[in-house]
Amino acid sequence: MPSDPSVTPDPGPASDVVLRLQAGSLAFGDRTLWSDLDLTVRPGEFLAVLGANGSGKTSLVKAILGLQPLSSGQLSIAGRPPRRGSDLIGYIPQERRLSPTTLLRARDLVRLGIDGQRWGPGWPNAGRGRRVQQILASVGADHLADVPVHLLSGGEQQRVRIAQALATDPTLLLCDEPLLSLDLNHQAAVVGLIDGRRRSHNTAVMFVTHEINPVLPYVDRVLYLAEGKFRIGTVDEVMTSQSLSTLYGSRIEVIRLGSRIIVAGIPDIHEHEHEHEQGETYNSEVVG
Amino acid sequence: MAADPAILHQIFDFTDYSQLLQLVHNSIIAGAILGVVGGLISVFVMRRDLPFAVHGISELSFAGAAAALLIGINVVIGSLIGSIIAALLIGTLGMRARDRNSIIGVLMPFGLGLGVLFLALYKGRGANKFGLLTGQIVAVDTPQLSWLIGISIVVVLSLIVLWRPLTFASLDPEVAAARGVPVRLLGPTFMLVLGLTVAMSVQIVGALLMLSILCTPAAAAMRVTATPWLTAALSVVFSTVSVVGGILLALGGALPISPYITTISFAFYAGCRIVGIFRERAGWNRRAVPAG
Repeated sequence: MPSDPSVTPDPGPASDVVLRLQAGSLAFGDRTLWSDLDLTVRPGEFLAVLGANGSGKTSLVKAILGLQPLSSGQLSIAGRPPRRGSDLIGYIPQERRLSPTTLLRARDLVRLGIDGQRWGPGWPNAGRGRRVQQILASVGADHLADVPVHLLSGGEQQRVRIAQALATDPTLLLCDEPLLSLDLNHQAAVVGLIDGRRRSHNTAVMFVTHEINPVLPYVDRVLYLAEGKFRIGTVDEVMTSQSLSTLYGSRIEVIRLGSRIIVAGIPDIHEHEHEHEQGETYNSEVVG
Repeated sequence: MAADPAILHQIFDFTDYSQLLQLVHNSIIAGAILGVVGGLISVFVMRRDLPFAVHGISELSFAGAAAALLIGINVVIGSLIGSIIAALLIGTLGMRARDRNSIIGVLMPFGLGLGVLFLALYKGRGANKFGLLTGQIVAVDTPQLSWLIGISIVVVLSLIVLWRPLTFASLDPEVAAARGVPVRLLGPTFMLVLGLTVAMSVQIVGALLMLSILCTPAAAAMRVTATPWLTAALSVVFSTVSVVGGILLALGGALPISPYITTISFAFYAGCRIVGIFRERAGWNRRAVPAG
C-alpha cells in the first residue's frame, strides 16, 4: 500500500500542475528503484524528497531533467514530456570544490545558466551582463560577481548556484542535496533563499535531501522512497514510526524532539550496486 | 665569469640574418599560426585538466610521423594518423579522469617506443629524426604549410563553435548536462580537435616540448586574470610570441628550436606567477562591499 489516495488529491487542470508523474517506474536490470509512483507538484509547493542511499532519489532527479527515461509510466513537466535543458527547470546540485584550473568568475557561472548550452562563443552583450547582475543581486551575491568560483566558500558557491538556476526564470526548482557539506548557518541561508523564491514567484520546489530538519519549516509534502516503495503526504503523515516501519519492513523509530525529527533504525542499503548500474559517479550520502 | 664564446655563438648567431629570414619565411608564418591555435586550445587544455593527455597524444603523433618518414609519405599525414588514434583511444576509453591518466600512461611509452623503432630503421637525414622530437624550423615547405593552414582553420572553427558549451561542461559537467549540453559527446570531440592541433605542431615544436605551447600559455594567463576573454587573448599572445620569437632567435644558431620556444614560454609563466603573487596579496578574492 504505497500511497494513501486521500493525500494525493485529484491532479486538476494541467495548467495548474508543474510536474505530474503517473504510474512511473524505474528499474535497472532486475532491480526496481520505484514503481507505480504517482506524483503531482503544483506551483508554489515545497516537496521534500527523502530516502535512504540508493532508493532512487537521484534517478528521479535525472528523469525529471530528461536525462533518464522511465521504465514505464508518464512524466510531464508543465504538461509536456521532460526535455534535456528545459528552461522550466532550475537545477541546484550539491556543493563541490570547483577546480582552480577552470578559472571563471561567479558572473560567468551565472551567465552559463542563461545560455551556456548554446553553440558558439557567445560574444559580450550588455543586456545579458545586466541580467546576470540582477540575478546575482536577487540572491544577495552581487558583491561576489568578480570572485573566481574556486575561491568561493561553500555557502557562497551555493548562493551563486541558486542564481545560476534562476537564470531561466524556472517554474520548478530541482534541488539535489544542495545543503550537503554546508554548516548550519549556511544551510539556513540557502534554504531561506530557495523558499524566498518560492514565495515571491510561486516557483515549485522539489528538494532532495537525506536530512529533513533544515527544510522542515518550509515543507508542504514529503515523498519518501525506500525499498522500491514510497509514501507521499504531509510531514505528519509520512514521518511517523508506523509509516516508515511499513515502508522499510523493519522497526523504525521516528522521534519528535522540539522542532526536530529524529529517525533511528534505518537499515544500511548497498549503495555500490546502485552506483555501478548507473555508470555514474554518485556522491555518497549519509542516512540521517 | 666569461662564457665560452663558441658556445654563445652556437646559441645566438645573427650573421646573414636577412637572408636566413627569407629561407624560413614559411616557418615564421607556420609559427604564427601555431601560436594562435596553441594559445586558444591551451585554454581548454587547462580547463579540462588535460596536459598529460597532450603529452600522450604527442608521443603517438611522433610515432605516426616517424612511420611516415620511414615509408616515405607526407610526415603530416603520419602524425595526423598517430594523433587521431591516440585522441580516439583517450577520448573514448578515458571518460573519467582516473581512467584517462592510466590509459595515457600506457599509451605514451608504447608510442615513444614505436617512434624510436621507426627512426632507428630510417636511413635518411639525421636532422629529420631529431626534429620530430625536439622541433625544427627549416622543415616547413609550402605543401606542409598548406596542411597546417587547413588543419588550423578546422581547429579554430571547431573551438569557436564548441567554446561556450565546452566551458560549461569543463566547469560543471553535471549542471551542464542538466541544461542540455551534450557532455558525453564533447569530451571525445574536444580530444579529436586536440589531436589535430598536436599533429600540426609536432613538426615544428617537436613531440617532447608540445606542452610549452599547448599548456603553458593559458596556465600563465590564468595566474593574472579570471576574465574569460582576457585569458584567451593573453594566452594567444604568449603562445604566438613564444613560437615566433623562438624561431627568430633560433635562426642563426645551430641548435634545435625548442629550447628557445620553451624558454620564452616559461619566462611568460614565471612573470605571470610573480604578478599573480602581488595580485593575491592585494586580495584577488576580494568581495565588493555589499550594499546596505
